[in-house]
Amino acid sequence: MIIAVASGKGGTGKTFVSTNLFWAAQKQGIPSTLVDCDAEEPNDAEFIPGYVLNTQNVVQKIPVIDDQKCTFCGRCFDYCNYNAIVYLPDKRFIKVVEELCHDCGACTVACTSGAISLKEKAIGTIRKMYVGIPSVLVEARTEIGVYSPVPVIKKAIKYASDDVLIILDAPPGISCPFIATVDKADYVVLVTEPTPFGLNDLKLSVDTLDEIGKPYGVVVNRAGLGNSDVYLWLKEKKISLLMEIPFDKEIAMVYSEGKLIAELNSKYSDKFMQLLQSVKKELKR
Amino acid sequence: MNEIVVLSGKGGTGKTMLSASFATLEKNMVVADCDVDAANLYLILQPKNEIEEVYVSGHRAQIDYSKCTHCGICADHCRFEAISTINGKVIISETSCDGCKLCSRVCPVGAIDMLPNDKSRWYAGAYRNGQMVHARLAPGEENSGKLVNVVRNYAKKLADETNAKTIIIDGPPGTGCPVVSSLTGVKKVILVTEPSKSGFHDLKRIFELAESFNLKSSVVINKYDLNLDMSRKIEEWCKLFSIPVLGRLPFDKQIVEGMLHCKSIIEWQPSSVISQEIKNIWQTVNADQS
Repeated sequence: MIIAVASGKGGTGKTFVSTNLFWAAQKQGIPSTLVDCDAEEPNDAEFIPGYVLNTQNVVQKIPVIDDQKCTFCGRCFDYCNYNAIVYLPDKRFIKVVEELCHDCGACTVACTSGAISLKEKAIGTIRKMYVGIPSVLVEARTEIGVYSPVPVIKKAIKYASDDVLIILDAPPGISCPFIATVDKADYVVLVTEPTPFGLNDLKLSVDTLDEIGKPYGVVVNRAGLGNSDVYLWLKEKKISLLMEIPFDKEIAMVYSEGKLIAELNSKYSDKFMQLLQSVKKELKR
Repeated sequence: MNEIVVLSGKGGTGKTMLSASFATLEKNMVVADCDVDAANLYLILQPKNEIEEVYVSGHRAQIDYSKCTHCGICADHCRFEAISTINGKVIISETSCDGCKLCSRVCPVGAIDMLPNDKSRWYAGAYRNGQMVHARLAPGEENSGKLVNVVRNYAKKLADETNAKTIIIDGPPGTGCPVVSSLTGVKKVILVTEPSKSGFHDLKRIFELAESFNLKSSVVINKYDLNLDMSRKIEEWCKLFSIPVLGRLPFDKQIVEGMLHCKSIIEWQPSSVISQEIKNIWQTVNADQS
């Protein structure tokens, strides 16, 4: 079973829910893998320290144009849909803008004079960490400022073992990195908070998941803050409320120190196990 | 023109709260919400949108099955694993397609069309203290960096027209493409952090990004009283790298209360501790004309 934990808005508690759910499940002896898919700002390892088993580099192939072989026909420039090739035929100048390249291979197909070769560029790493029997943490991490984290995320998810339970801690937002993550999940747990910002971004996430046809339910974090609009909206839309986590300074304190509330307070490990049961039930519906 | 960007790396540390506060401190402001993926600032500032424009974020491939021979050449060329052959039928996954158009170019029978992704929008209009530009990237679409540029360019145009001195840029989370687009060429970078292990970790990454563009950053510690020990560690780190700490904001439930009434904390409780501190921060930011 693959569960993605996501939210449109940042800072609602994706990492909090993912890490605690993972901890509760592995404590019960369920072979689990947690994949940190927030590759631009991965944080799960701050909460779940582990022994690094191995580190893989993720590379992108970047074209290199040999201007000795190049006939300046301009076909690669025409084929590139990302404006990643600067082409000035009068000056016999041609160059690849590496930051804009998506590694699609079109220029290589376009070139008829064999002037394009490929070089590798590091765009991130995937670290596999052993965190206790029988669980593993996989962390996707992009190099800072890399154009898109999607290739790193996809590779990290592939790298996850075929454990009984795989939890994907998704990146914020609703664009490509989010889609690349939830696309692989059987079920999406959306984390929100009962504030206007939380509700607004929850609606965006729900629209997106409806569009791609993924089942989902909602966890309301920091319950007690804000107002009841989110509950009314969930009721109106008949969306399952999977769990409520109260707004509590103890939780905030524990989280801020990089610790897990499920480990320190058995009430919460039970609550996260219930969340897992609720998701299973939802999937059977 | 003074462009000030508010960033944090980690989401939920208070970028929009701080941007909204700045945006309601003075008259004749221009605000650019560059979190095009999950724009929220408009909920507080409630601009009257006079402009609504379509933004084409890219294209996606679609097979015309009346022409397709299911030869699979397109699938062999696709680097995004977006095309697969299932039971002899070629299928394109919309969520994986990157819009590179290579499949359409290599198709021997011209069966693949490229359709524009045109569901994204951007908006501009007046709010109570000036002008605001924001956008809404359609679900699953990319090129958010380009949309950020569109938003920023229009904000600059508005600032020129209205003789505004300052543009406040509310940035997106992360360290990727839209963040890079949000900070290139700005005058000042304000990094909002919170005293948590993850907030601190993300602060270091976003600082590194700003440094790589030779931009001077300064730091605001939000909710500093939630973990004083961690706040102290952040301050020590800032000292080590000579990063000015502009201010420390206490945790205050009234921020959410104000939000429920579409008001920044400056408008909701102008004399609160947090509002005073934000005013001080704003003065410091503006006093530094280097």
